[in-house]
Amino acid sequence: MKVQLRDPNKIMRLSRLGSFHQSKLSFLRSFLNEFKDWEYKRDLFNLDRFGYGEAVYSFKKDKRTYSLVCFANKIDDDERSDRVIATKWDAAFTLHDGIPTQKDIDRLKNEVPRQEVGRLSFKELTLSRANKSVRVFNHVVESLSEGKQPDLELLSNVGYLYRTTAVYGSGKFGLADRFRIKNREEINGPFRLEMMLVYLVRQFTFDQVNHVAYHKNPSKAVVLDKKICKNLGIGNSTGLGMAPFIVNHPTLLNNWVMSREIALKKIREIKIVNKKDSDLFIECLKKSLTNIISWNTDSKYQQIKINKLLKDIKKFIHLIDNDFDFEDKYPFDKIYLWLEEKACEECIEYVVSIMMEPYNEITNPLVSQMSSDEDKYFTIPTSRTVKDVINIIEKKYSNILKINFTKKQNTQNFWFISKNKEEPRLADRFEEGGSELEQPLAIARDVKKLYKKLLDTKKNSTVAEFLSKYSELRHIVRRVFIVEKFPYSEIQDNTIGKNIMPIDMLRLKLSFFGALKFDPRSDKWLRICMFQGAPLPDELKNYDEQWVYRTGN
Amino acid sequence: MKSLSEIETTSKRASKAAGFSWGEAEEIGKCIRQLEMFGLPGIKHLNSYFRDKEKNTYENLSLINQSNSSSSNPYCPIILGIGFLDQIKILENYEKIYFSNIAYPIIFLSFLSRSSEIIGKKINVKFDENEIFLNLNVNIYSNFLNFEFPKNSKNLEINFIENKDNFNEDEWKSLYKLSENTFVEETDSLKKGAAGAGLTDND
Repeated sequence: MKVQLRDPNKIMRLSRLGSFHQSKLSFLRSFLNEFKDWEYKRDLFNLDRFGYGEAVYSFKKDKRTYSLVCFANKIDDDERSDRVIATKWDAAFTLHDGIPTQKDIDRLKNEVPRQEVGRLSFKELTLSRANKSVRVFNHVVESLSEGKQPDLELLSNVGYLYRTTAVYGSGKFGLADRFRIKNREEINGPFRLEMMLVYLVRQFTFDQVNHVAYHKNPSKAVVLDKKICKNLGIGNSTGLGMAPFIVNHPTLLNNWVMSREIALKKIREIKIVNKKDSDLFIECLKKSLTNIISWNTDSKYQQIKINKLLKDIKKFIHLIDNDFDFEDKYPFDKIYLWLEEKACEECIEYVVSIMMEPYNEITNPLVSQMSSDEDKYFTIPTSRTVKDVINIIEKKYSNILKINFTKKQNTQNFWFISKNKEEPRLADRFEEGGSELEQPLAIARDVKKLYKKLLDTKKNSTVAEFLSKYSELRHIVRRVFIVEKFPYSEIQDNTIGKNIMPIDMLRLKLSFFGALKFDPRSDKWLRICMFQGAPLPDELKNYDEQWVYRTGN
Repeated sequence: MKSLSEIETTSKRASKAAGFSWGEAEEIGKCIRQLEMFGLPGIKHLNSYFRDKEKNTYENLSLINQSNSSSSNPYCPIILGIGFLDQIKILENYEKIYFSNIAYPIIFLSFLSRSSEIIGKKINVKFDENEIFLNLNVNIYSNFLNFEFPKNSKNLEINFIENKDNFNEDEWKSLYKLSENTFVEETDSLKKGAAGAGLTDND
């Protein structure tokens, strides 16, 4: 039986993309899989009794070493902010390519804590900073210093000791350009070095909290229990900065979603499912209930989604337990069709992710196809005709052509880059100034504009001739030719409408990172947790691949 | 040191601010990145061109012919470059193309370099006593890279170089003969047993 790939017009809608969940394809899980055989080491731990100073952690294999260089600094409570406007953080980090010399560490000490206003070099690969969850960090220090383990309920509610507020890579602030390292096999997957940084930062937070607790009360202090460490991750606050990324990298977006779609298609095409595989699927499904129940958020929007998810998952488990036979042919196809009919989008995508758990042979080859050489698709094939472009638009943007952009509500917002922080922002076109400096992120509106102009042009004209008259549409013509080859490269929705939920765009990207427990704090930013339940560095050589579903939280 | 990613992004944004469309600005970002990667002063000339653009007028030539001359104002190297890139499949049918009066020819060169990659042919550019080879956007080779690029080119001639060998047949034969010394003379027994295929075409 051949199953078709899912229709991009359905899957690339924002409500669906905003319902995606982590899976085996997620970058933090593929990072762990790739680096499990590397030698982990804490090379330097030079903190004072309050936990301020420098530390270096590394992963090493053969002649290659990646080193996380950490700088922990004292800041006042009123200086601590997760917003991008902050200028000081509890800790700042960079991933250095190789083993840093003392000279490197001295140089980095002056630059890394300054983040966006500092300058890095081609020897650094990623840059980040993080703030303590002061409530949790102080509680853990207090408890450990008194010889006790901390309150698990508090830890479970928050899920981390620190949260990062930005992770930069790919040439930002002088960091190494991607092309310098792109041929390294171990990083042949998107954001792998960013994942490494976050993972090592997590270990730093445990070492720091133990260190501070010990120095507070050397005779009585105990170390944080390893099982508790394992159930803590690293938090992350993410704002709009992430949203334009998925619009600006269409072939990359395609490769992420396409990998997920191919995995699903192949799993639905399995005629006979082994008992071992169906058992693993059912086990992950049932154990994952803990993740849903412990998913805390004050966001009404997310609470409604979680409640629906929980209700539908319970309904689905009831089906599996009472009315489903995995010995039937094509059981995963049957499951999928049932979900499409009976479950909400959040639940459909949740189960799709779990379906991948038994199938390394399907997911592993896909992991290496999730990067993209974007330059290969940059040049516009200008000898094609206007008729060709019309055909592509009618085929690939059918939902978008239905949007009426003369209605105010459909052009209510505009994306811009803030002068103060050089970060993307979204504002009301009719209330705020600056829309004349709008970023080219209103793809749906511009596609429709292009379509109208094309209809008024001779159909056998070349694209070169068309562009010589309408250069303002060049960026969108490029995209049309990209979507012709890459069906999942475009969000099939209006990104400037009145009802846009930008967090759906963030959620999509974060799900591919492998984030858990999306906690929207408004429609424009959210908090998440990464690596919660993941093995600790010294456990990597032999770890439980399904740790996500077997976490204690 | 600025990364190429910073160079591309800043060139793109600056080009939009200087009045080009987003799509054109994307092309400019790509080209300036390429020039800087080749060690050519892309940022310097783009900056200088944008400053001059505020007070001078430049000619926009979109549809390119075999011979193109602007008697009044110099051609804008960006509009000319994008036009060249877009029409390269037609333009390559000309053996030579002539331009007179192009502002900031180094910026135009970056578009020619990308055009060379699209058609899979080397391009030779002569302007004002200078000669440059654009090699499939892999590198740019010139007889005057250590000298200052001019702000204006009075006459510029483009030659598309047909794909052919850079050596003569004798030179090739001589080298090939030497390479044969790595081969083993096949005995009858080796002929029968050393190849993987069958001995007849009828089996």
